[in-house]
Amino acid sequence: MNVIEVNGLSKHFGSFKAVDDITFDVKKGEIFGFLGANGAGKTTAMRMLTGLLVATSGNATVAGYDVNREPERVKARIGYMSQKFSLYEDLTVAENVTLFGGIYGLSDEQIREKLLEMEPASLKSLVGSLPLGWKQKVSFATAMLHDPAIVFLDEPTGGVDPITRRQFWNRLYEEADRGVTLFVTTHYMDEAEYCDRIAMMVDGRIAAIGTPAELKSNLNAASMDEVFVKLARGGVRS
Amino acid sequence: MRAFWGFVRKEFYHIFRDKRTLMILFGMPVVQLLLFGYAIRNELTSADLAVWDQSNDVVTRELTGKLFASGTFKLAAVIHSEDEIEDLFRKGIARQVVVFGPDFANRRARGTAEILMITDASDPNMAQVLQGATQSILSDARPTMNVSVRMLYNPQLKSANLFVPGLIALILMLVSALMTSISITREKELGTMETLLASPLSPVDIILGKVIPYLILSLVNVCSVLFIARFVFDVPFIGSITLFFVEAFLFTLTALALGIVISTKAKTQQVAMMVALAGLLLPTILLSGLIYPVDNMPAPLYALSHMVPARWFLDIVRGIMLKGNGIAELWPQTLILVGMTVALITVSLKNLNIRLD
Repeated sequence: MNVIEVNGLSKHFGSFKAVDDITFDVKKGEIFGFLGANGAGKTTAMRMLTGLLVATSGNATVAGYDVNREPERVKARIGYMSQKFSLYEDLTVAENVTLFGGIYGLSDEQIREKLLEMEPASLKSLVGSLPLGWKQKVSFATAMLHDPAIVFLDEPTGGVDPITRRQFWNRLYEEADRGVTLFVTTHYMDEAEYCDRIAMMVDGRIAAIGTPAELKSNLNAASMDEVFVKLARGGVRS
Repeated sequence: MRAFWGFVRKEFYHIFRDKRTLMILFGMPVVQLLLFGYAIRNELTSADLAVWDQSNDVVTRELTGKLFASGTFKLAAVIHSEDEIEDLFRKGIARQVVVFGPDFANRRARGTAEILMITDASDPNMAQVLQGATQSILSDARPTMNVSVRMLYNPQLKSANLFVPGLIALILMLVSALMTSISITREKELGTMETLLASPLSPVDIILGKVIPYLILSLVNVCSVLFIARFVFDVPFIGSITLFFVEAFLFTLTALALGIVISTKAKTQQVAMMVALAGLLLPTILLSGLIYPVDNMPAPLYALSHMVPARWFLDIVRGIMLKGNGIAELWPQTLILVGMTVALITVSLKNLNIRLD
């Protein structure tokens, strides 16, 4: 079953085609990776799918709703973790969770339960005082508060050490096993191997799409790094 | 609704956890009031005055006595020649010299008695005030006319009465426009705005949630300023307090709308702050009539002052506090403020990008 269906989606800023006619599907419970160099259009594409940006042309449905016509319904059904682990640094972990729980319509009782599931030691600390890896964990937990069917993660592991990154991916697998669909953008090629399927973006277009194994064999490459280099050679941006 | 109030509470956390914000919010109004109230004074108390009495008769001695009896002047020197005058001014010993001509008492009877006032006009405003005060005291010297003077609405000519209403306008502008525009652009800079926009909160909810705390705090500030004005500076409050708060609420809305317009355009806190300071605070101080009377401005500035919301609010506050005006007198100004607010809210709603760019 497809939970994300994208058809000819484009976003132009003036004459600049940030996203140029992309088409793909994502199945339920899949970890779908969006790869590409900086400026390839990953974030712009994700912002259209999360209802943050209006598409110039084309259409997309997320969780069964059209992102252009019913962005509010889409927003209530997805989780979103932006590039900067966007929690409030001058609020404690508990206050952040309470705030976002309230925004996503959880009852006081539900919020209390969620807080009990979390590391008790961290609840009273200001988010700004936590190490980056913790911020990222709390940020993900916050994005998952309302049990969304689909979670969008925009470069969730930026600036984090490899061990913490590996732990974070284990968390993502747990969620995928529960049937949650995860849509992840990244420019770490090793992370691409962790995804079920990936779309490689070059200059706003999808240059290749498939499982990591398929991509490697199609392009006759030994690693994802090589796949990327071969595909990105044609690119002019970045 | 619960989500919305949670969001408002979060904004209060931001305010109360940031020392700098707290300083600007609560420290600045009090400091400004004390500064304006104590430092900037146009009224005269014990100004240095020198006397050169060429007659030294009954009448001149009586007039000299009158000059110093009021407490307006203080005797700086008694001189006996013209040469000494310039020296007094150069050394800053006296600001004004009063010269009684020779044979004063006899000539006065014939109507030809002469008094010369020489004033240090390096501060022109002060010079005018000095001459005015001296003249009114000496007017007794001309028995042919009987001029009586009455100052209405501010009989002691106290500066505080003039500044406090202006200060209320300044503080409301500062807290409402500056602080909201900074707090909204801060969320843009930190990336939290993106998280909020990706949530089910509507953009109008987000803006309202950011604005309401500042609306409340502005009104708290107005109360504390009024309190200090009343009990420290003895500024009178003649008119209706209810009308005053209705008008203050209206002006706060104007300022908040301005703050929102700024934050929809500015991408960073610095830009928002610069625009708010240069574009709002300076006109509020210089073009509203807070310090310089609007009527004395050159034509282009006079025309420009009509666009400054604080100018109208100042009319209203001075009217209510000092003259006891009601809505019957103040409706034109009120209407102008309502018009400005509606226009600004329309503009800000239009500019409010529902999605990111």
